[in-house]
Amino acid sequence: MLVRFFLMLRDAGVPVSLTEFLALLEALEARLATLSVEDFYFLARTVLVKDERHYDRYDRTFAAHFRGLEQAFQSLTAAEIPAEWLRRQAELLLSPEERARIESLGGFDKLLEALQERLREQQGRHEGGNKWIGTAGRSPFGAYGYNPEGVRIGQDESRQRRAVKVWDQREFRNLDDTVEIGTRNIKLALRRLRRFAREGAAEELDLGGTIDATARNAGWLDLKLVPERHNAVKVLLFLDVGGSMDDHVRVCEELFTAARGEFKHLEYYYFHNFVYETVWKDNRRRHAERIPTHEVMRTYGPDYRLVFVGDATMGPYEIMQPGGSIEHWNEEAGATWLERLRRAYPKHAWLNPEPEDRWDFVPSIGVARRLLEERMFPLTLAGIDRAMRALNAR
Amino acid sequence: MTAPRFSGTDRYVATDDLTMAVNAAVTLARPLLIKGEPGTGKTQLAEEVALALGKPLFEWHIKSTTKAQQGLYEYDAVSRLRDSQLGEERVRDIGNYIVRGRLWEAFASEVQPVLLIDEIDKADIEFPNDLLRELDRMEFYVYETRELIKARHRPIILITSNNEKELPDAFLRRCFFHYIRFPDAETMQRIIAVHYPRLKPELLKEALEAFFRLRDVPGLKKKPSTSELLDWLKLLLAEDIPPEALRSTDGKAAIPPLYGALLKNEQDVHLFEQLVFMNRRTAR
Repeated sequence: MLVRFFLMLRDAGVPVSLTEFLALLEALEARLATLSVEDFYFLARTVLVKDERHYDRYDRTFAAHFRGLEQAFQSLTAAEIPAEWLRRQAELLLSPEERARIESLGGFDKLLEALQERLREQQGRHEGGNKWIGTAGRSPFGAYGYNPEGVRIGQDESRQRRAVKVWDQREFRNLDDTVEIGTRNIKLALRRLRRFAREGAAEELDLGGTIDATARNAGWLDLKLVPERHNAVKVLLFLDVGGSMDDHVRVCEELFTAARGEFKHLEYYYFHNFVYETVWKDNRRRHAERIPTHEVMRTYGPDYRLVFVGDATMGPYEIMQPGGSIEHWNEEAGATWLERLRRAYPKHAWLNPEPEDRWDFVPSIGVARRLLEERMFPLTLAGIDRAMRALNAR
Repeated sequence: MTAPRFSGTDRYVATDDLTMAVNAAVTLARPLLIKGEPGTGKTQLAEEVALALGKPLFEWHIKSTTKAQQGLYEYDAVSRLRDSQLGEERVRDIGNYIVRGRLWEAFASEVQPVLLIDEIDKADIEFPNDLLRELDRMEFYVYETRELIKARHRPIILITSNNEKELPDAFLRRCFFHYIRFPDAETMQRIIAVHYPRLKPELLKEALEAFFRLRDVPGLKKKPSTSELLDWLKLLLAEDIPPEALRSTDGKAAIPPLYGALLKNEQDVHLFEQLVFMNRRTAR
């Protein structure tokens, strides 16, 4: 049972390893969580999940796997349910009308009989048995709604109800890193850029190390060198503005702010929909002050990393055809210009604010991806991470 | 197994999930990694765990320059060099120049200690990797004196992180993990009751409402947290502000008094004042 849960977690993208799974079994053996699903939920989360960004996936998997299991937990504690108790419970919960309807269906006793039969069945195979519980919605008990989730049997009802809520509330949803960047998450994205910016090496004298080594060496000079830590990364940012990008202004602003704070060498240019022979620096005077793309390529060397930010959502002819641009007559197709830029800057990536699952439905995104040889990434934290990796790869 | 159980103290409100995480870590002797918004009591947790379980606490505060080795021991080569120039006798024993770190002290403790490694994400990205074996086996080797230091009792290790850097997978696999969520209104009330037991209920209600309203203001750079709320309440008490002053639903006097204790960022204060101004205009 737990092995299946473990595999489901892995399928859901929570990086759990065997070590953690064994730790969970160890914890269960130590009786840290026994007869309450809620305890088990917290325990397994503590042991298996190592990042709050995965809490939401964990919650979803937990709900999918353990739906109905809490009744099974309870049937372990309350093996024999006195009919008296059930009846009292039912009378407590049912309105007079509902009771009348039960009467019309053969009376309360008959229902109870059927219920206990089901329970016996459940007893026999409570380990895997989702049958009774899973179909609770269709069983008479569910239908008459002593409770929407079937008859509640056992102790501590309010506690259990709360437990269901804990993972069904999905409070950690906005910590999941596949969602798009929000106010809090942008800080994390920035850190990813920082890690990427810290790389690059040079040699310099390590003064402390030299003194230390010399002292150890009883006074004989022993020079030590260390790699210098510096921000050697240069970034060229091409931002799509206007049109369909209006929906994504906020995300792009945040990314831009983050990047501005992070890189000493950051140059940015704007384009509309796709790159052609000119780009511009100032959006208010975009028609007056255009800079030839060739000039950009001449100014900044191939050690710059080129990052496009755009949704690549347009007519495919805007990329493939000369004169395809919707703003002006372009002599050469956007694809040609993209290819030129790609050759000038071998390290490049495209960040797309459109959600990744929608990419397949937009032909122009497919075209752009093909031209970029799949170096297009969603503008999410995970996407930025992948993009930074692609930019760092040789 | 009858490991001592932690369930919060009279100064610290621990939610069910936090209690479970701490107890799991204590019972199975794994380090517990705590993350959460600043000001949700991550560091304080270690003090309270030590207090509740009656164990000594060793704190190791990490800075950006901290090296893993410093937690184990340091070889003070420079003073040995100086001593050798002066011809001191102690220079012959290298053990005289081994300075114990916090981890060593915790390992040497007579009873099982609680060890807090505070803000591990401040250190270099390789820092956690350098501690893998030490945390796993609870032992390390002192090369200078060729001795193996073993923990007498596996310490209860609590590690806090503010998420400034990603922690390596190998490290995470050895830890248990808990994310302290921002407390909901109900938990917040319990927390305040613990800190200010004699607070007037009306004032508390109004203050909490004002506080959560403020947290909901969109676009704040640094949302006020529990510790700021507690500071603010202290000020309110000291100034003896009546609860009516906090009521702001009428849109007129929407600025809670002494809000400087809640908002720590100049831009946030500006944003907030602007919002209040706009509110007033629409109310008019």
